[in-house]
Amino acid sequence: MVVSCEEVWREISNYLEGEVDASLRAAMEDHLRGCKHCTAVLDGTRNVVQLYGDERMFEVPLGFSHRLHRRLEENMPGNRRSFLGWMVAAAAAVLVAGSFEVARSSVFSRPELRSEHAQAGAGVPPDMLVIVSGDGKTFHAVGCPFIHDKAHIQTITAREALRQGYAPCVRCMKKYLTA
Amino acid sequence: MMPEEVTSLEPPAKPFNEEMLIQRIRNGEHDLFYELIRPYERRVYSAAFAILRNEADAEDVAQEAMLKAFKHIRQFRAEARFSTWLTQITINEARMWRRKDHANIMEPIVDRQDEEGNYTPRDFADWREIPLETLERKEVRQKLAEALASLGEKYRETFVLRDMQHLSIEETAKALGISTASVKTRLLRARLMLRDLLAPGFGGTWSSKLFLAKGTKPW
Repeated sequence: MVVSCEEVWREISNYLEGEVDASLRAAMEDHLRGCKHCTAVLDGTRNVVQLYGDERMFEVPLGFSHRLHRRLEENMPGNRRSFLGWMVAAAAAVLVAGSFEVARSSVFSRPELRSEHAQAGAGVPPDMLVIVSGDGKTFHAVGCPFIHDKAHIQTITAREALRQGYAPCVRCMKKYLTA
Repeated sequence: MMPEEVTSLEPPAKPFNEEMLIQRIRNGEHDLFYELIRPYERRVYSAAFAILRNEADAEDVAQEAMLKAFKHIRQFRAEARFSTWLTQITINEARMWRRKDHANIMEPIVDRQDEEGNYTPRDFADWREIPLETLERKEVRQKLAEALASLGEKYRETFVLRDMQHLSIEETAKALGISTASVKTRLLRARLMLRDLLAPGFGGTWSSKLFLAKGTKPW
């Protein structure tokens, strides 16, 4: 069997894979012995396969494996990291809600007053017990003669009275008025 | 009785061990997935890179592919090799990624050539055997990477799976969803094109520069 250069090129890959039958292999080798061009093509192709086949040819980016594992961890069901993450998120939510609640109840907050004419108090001791009445707009010190609707009075802390929009009584709470 | 230490020295990528690992992962031992994929991390990245030719995209796709493999581990059938299945997932993810986000990237003109026609080598420079130590040189790896990146996608992905990831012809065909005849044709073209692209350098100018610089002779 005699083969041309074109036939050698067409079969070069199969030749390197060891996938040509014995008679074709013998014919190709016979051709290669006398053909410089085809020998150069064969040697070069073999070099290509050897060089690219080396594992050094493919470098993964630095930290690739670490980032991959982290991504998987984040997405695995019931894993420790995602559980911890959930716990941290839940704790943070509780803290945010809690601090919001504290802020709302703080004597330093500025709730809307029940009376547009009243003055907001300042420096009222938050734990001082004061008197409010059902439909009144002010809070009073215990014993203040100006408490209205005494049948529906309620004793609460100054903090709570302020949170509910009560203003200090202009008489008994005079010293705490801002104006 | 065989001591336990001896058993643990066996390479982790044995199909038998893989089968066992996969079964245990399916039964809820999710942490074993890291052990299962360890031998294939580089392979998955390189398959993604072969299609996308961009490090950042290849890394994203490699992560997506691994995640998908984990989520669908129950769908893996034992008659296939896990590595082939993983490569298939990666190829699909990379193709989807490119369609979705990089639809406008132009493929090299060689992709539009008729793969049935014969490929005629352009360069007959005598390319002597190149020692593999040459790969220690970054500039050589760079030249090889550039040549590979310039191939059309269908040649590039076939070449990467077969010659760089060492999948069999049949596995490459399966991973790419093409016939074994097409794999062989594309492989031939890819190899010859790469030789043509690299021969002027390795046959002449940069090989002599590189070898002489290293203090050895190219023959």
